[in-house]
Amino acid sequence: MKRMPKTLRVAAASVATCLAACLAPVHAQTVKVGFITTYSGPMATLGDSMEKGARLYMKLNADKLPPGVKVDFITRDDGGPNPDKGKQLAQELIVRDRVQFLAGVVWTPSAIAIAPLMSEAKVPFVVMNAGGSVVTTMSPYIVRSSFTLWQSAYPMGQWAAKKYKRAYIAVSDYAPGHDSEAAFERGFTSGGGEIVGKVRMPVGNPDFVPFMQRAKDAKPDIVFSFIPGGPQSTQIMKAFGDLGLAKAGIKFVGTGDIVSDEELPNMGDAPIGVVSAHHYSTAGDRPANKAFLAAWKKEYGAKSIPNFLAVASYDGMDMIYTAIREQAGKVDADRSMAIMREYRNPNSPRGPIAIDPETRDIVQNEYIRETRKVGSELANVEIDTIPAVKDFWKEFNGKK
Amino acid sequence: MRHNGSYSASPRIGLLEWLPWAIGVAAFFLMPEYLSLGARILIFILYALSLDLVVGYAGIVTLGHSAFFGLGAYAAGILSARFGVADPALQLLVAMTACALMGLATGAVILRTRGLTLLMLTLAIASILLEVANKATSITGGADGLSGIVVAPILGLFRFDLFGKTAYWLCLAVLFVGWWVTRRLIYSPFGASLVGIRENHVRMVAIGSPVPRRLLTAYTISAVLAGVAGALLTQTNQFVGLNVLSFESSGELLVMLILGGVGRIYGAFIGPVVYMIAQDMLAKQFPEYWSLGIGLLLVIIVLFARDGILGIIDRLVALTRKEAR
Amino acid sequence: MQEFLASLVSVAFHGVAYGMILYVISVGLSVTMGLMGFANLAHGVFAMAGGYILTTSLDHWGLPFPAALAVAFVLVAAGSVVLERLLYARLYAAGELAQVLFTIGLIFMATAIARLIYGTLQQPVHLPEGMKGQFDLLGRDFPAYRVFIILFGAALVAGLWFGVERTRFGAMVRAAVDNRAMAQSIGIDTQKLFMATFALGSGLAGLGGALGAEIIAIQPSYPFEHLVYFLIVVAVGGLGTLRGPFVAALVIGIADTACKYWVPQFGAFLIYVATILLLLWRPAGLFGRTA
Repeated sequence: MKRMPKTLRVAAASVATCLAACLAPVHAQTVKVGFITTYSGPMATLGDSMEKGARLYMKLNADKLPPGVKVDFITRDDGGPNPDKGKQLAQELIVRDRVQFLAGVVWTPSAIAIAPLMSEAKVPFVVMNAGGSVVTTMSPYIVRSSFTLWQSAYPMGQWAAKKYKRAYIAVSDYAPGHDSEAAFERGFTSGGGEIVGKVRMPVGNPDFVPFMQRAKDAKPDIVFSFIPGGPQSTQIMKAFGDLGLAKAGIKFVGTGDIVSDEELPNMGDAPIGVVSAHHYSTAGDRPANKAFLAAWKKEYGAKSIPNFLAVASYDGMDMIYTAIREQAGKVDADRSMAIMREYRNPNSPRGPIAIDPETRDIVQNEYIRETRKVGSELANVEIDTIPAVKDFWKEFNGKK
Repeated sequence: MRHNGSYSASPRIGLLEWLPWAIGVAAFFLMPEYLSLGARILIFILYALSLDLVVGYAGIVTLGHSAFFGLGAYAAGILSARFGVADPALQLLVAMTACALMGLATGAVILRTRGLTLLMLTLAIASILLEVANKATSITGGADGLSGIVVAPILGLFRFDLFGKTAYWLCLAVLFVGWWVTRRLIYSPFGASLVGIRENHVRMVAIGSPVPRRLLTAYTISAVLAGVAGALLTQTNQFVGLNVLSFESSGELLVMLILGGVGRIYGAFIGPVVYMIAQDMLAKQFPEYWSLGIGLLLVIIVLFARDGILGIIDRLVALTRKEAR
Repeated sequence: MQEFLASLVSVAFHGVAYGMILYVISVGLSVTMGLMGFANLAHGVFAMAGGYILTTSLDHWGLPFPAALAVAFVLVAAGSVVLERLLYARLYAAGELAQVLFTIGLIFMATAIARLIYGTLQQPVHLPEGMKGQFDLLGRDFPAYRVFIILFGAALVAGLWFGVERTRFGAMVRAAVDNRAMAQSIGIDTQKLFMATFALGSGLAGLGGALGAEIIAIQPSYPFEHLVYFLIVVAVGGLGTLRGPFVAALVIGIADTACKYWVPQFGAFLIYVATILLLLWRPAGLFGRTA
């Protein structure tokens, strides 16, 4: 460990800014928000969507900050599902950059790894994707703007049980996959359905064909699937199409991740008729969503398509801005948490949302959608709404 | 500072050799915000040192050294997260034992082979451990990683803190012990015979040196050192991810070692320091150019400067001496 | 019973398709390693390059699919000759460690370059209409493209076999593998031979990467991620033969598919264990010529 003038200077500078932040008068305050997501690796589109969502919010809502308060948005790349990297970045953001909020995080494993740091450092952490149910229970400083897999997979199971008898489950082999497997199974079997087989697939870059072939050979009525969204949704859809499962009379259902809005144009006709449960679809017919889409297309071009990650980051930034505004820019961790616990927004692009003060987890509508051709393009059309859904896992297990 | 095979029973530690330790102690006071990076660097020095022993001294080319690093990391982590053993010393001890057994067991069978077969076997063993860690979710946490690791305060006094102060001192102390052991070993007759095996395997067999046993001993000691480094990483991070076992991690370590200089203890010090500080400063801004640069550097080193940074320094020193004369 | 037979057919079919890809990619590595004794860990780079060239020629240059495959082969072979002359040739006499580090360096560079040019996303392959969908055989549906892979692979194997066993070039290669000094002394220009074999092997890897882009996704971490499998094929099959890697690739393709199909909870664990046991039993592989 050589001493370097440069690092010294950086260190001195960050000490100075910290002192300035603590001592300066109300004017010219800067609130630092650390944002960890995935910009590189096979899953880079996920981080891209999240950052675009967050930045769009900040651009449109600069006037919602108290006068003289600025937000310093510091981004970091974890390169994919690398929890140790995520934890290291969070530690550095807290210790070196002294962020007052931590935000982002695609991956549940990373969120789990980061959680203990938040309790120790007392920094509020707004989870903007990572949908494993357990995440919010791991520290009182975590609040979630996205979703849990139980919220979508359980209603999906209940819905499917009304029409079908035999289901095959294929999910990615990590915490959210395990969640959605358990949630769907409980929903489906409690409605009288039978699980004829299940498989857990590797998280990174798998060839889905052998797994889908196995599903096909088990002759179920439906295949239920969860994969971590993004490009993998196109791959699994392709495997489903290539192996002719639809032709064999097998229906494909899943959480919204298998028909990610931004990937639909790459999928051909394979997803037509796929039924999924999720909290957001670009096809959602709400004024707030129309306005959001219009702003998005204006900012990022007509071809760019937002998705659920973008919306969760957009709403998550609203939570942070609300906390900053209500404290007039002088943020305190415990007060920020108290404000965000009570957060509600009747007009999110995805419909009404709120934070459950008990669990700090999101409460939102779940939509059952069918993928259809609308005009010349595919869209996830909402065909049924289940209002104000909490995280079922915490309900069933009495967790907070 | 060239130690290739020179051997004496009780080598005196030169003045220059205290320098790394002085820098290590000074860094603690001067850069309090960078201690977690510092601790990681110390861990990788120990890890590189263990690799140097097999690759640099014994001449065993392995692509699977991450097997021991990862085994140590998981052994310490599982002990804490699944069996509730929070004592840091006990965690280190268990990691060492696990790696010693693993080193003995695998070394005994694979060291009989050479060339591609040996490369393949080391790679396959690391791959097996990775696959086990990935699939035995209930024990290792699988792709989610192993969390819930608790490390008790050292001696009941020093808590593992957010800033990494305790971790830094622990890593520095353990590295010191690891360095001392390695150094003693290399300057012993045993070390000299390892170099002999590296240079001419057949001749060492011919003069009656117990080659297989020597190699196995070196391999096992190296495994233990790597395991200790892994366990330290677990204690510092209080988290274990699958990455510790990946092939990329073995490859990256090789890069660090060759960067510093193979087969010369202090190459294992210089390499990780240069590599990880550069990575901290550059990789975040320019991830593509970072790996391009690393690749290019590696190719250049192999083609033109196979003895790394220390080798270049040696040559520069020799050059100035010649001119002075 | 019927169901079990159906699943056997599924596993055999997908396994053979995967094995063919593995073979086309790895056979070059086996021959060059056997011929030159060069531990070329960067072989996957050539396969990845082939995949990228295929998708680029289809999407940007508007070439038909067969032409895109040919271009992948030719460009990769040509590029590899440049690399061989400029860099590889300098390290033929160097130790194993130097070769390993050098080729790891090449992998680092290749992944970075791939990322700079194509980004990190995996490349979608737009197959011609005729290869999409299913192919009906004895009342069962098979994905048409994988049927094509198997047929193409089989034809290629036959061609290679003929080339190495029945032509003058093949005889020279076999002679050089068996005894390089002897081959040199009877007037075979081994340097040129190396170059030609290296180009052929790398070109085949490029072709394999292109052919298999549907199955083994083309993205920047490709050469790292799949290295273990390519090496296993070579090590298990044995160096310097055509038959060895073929048998090994098929066995591994089928075993891997069978594991995913029947015991996904074990992942690739069983394959690695089998590889280790086999290499301990026969360090030179199934058909290796020298131990």
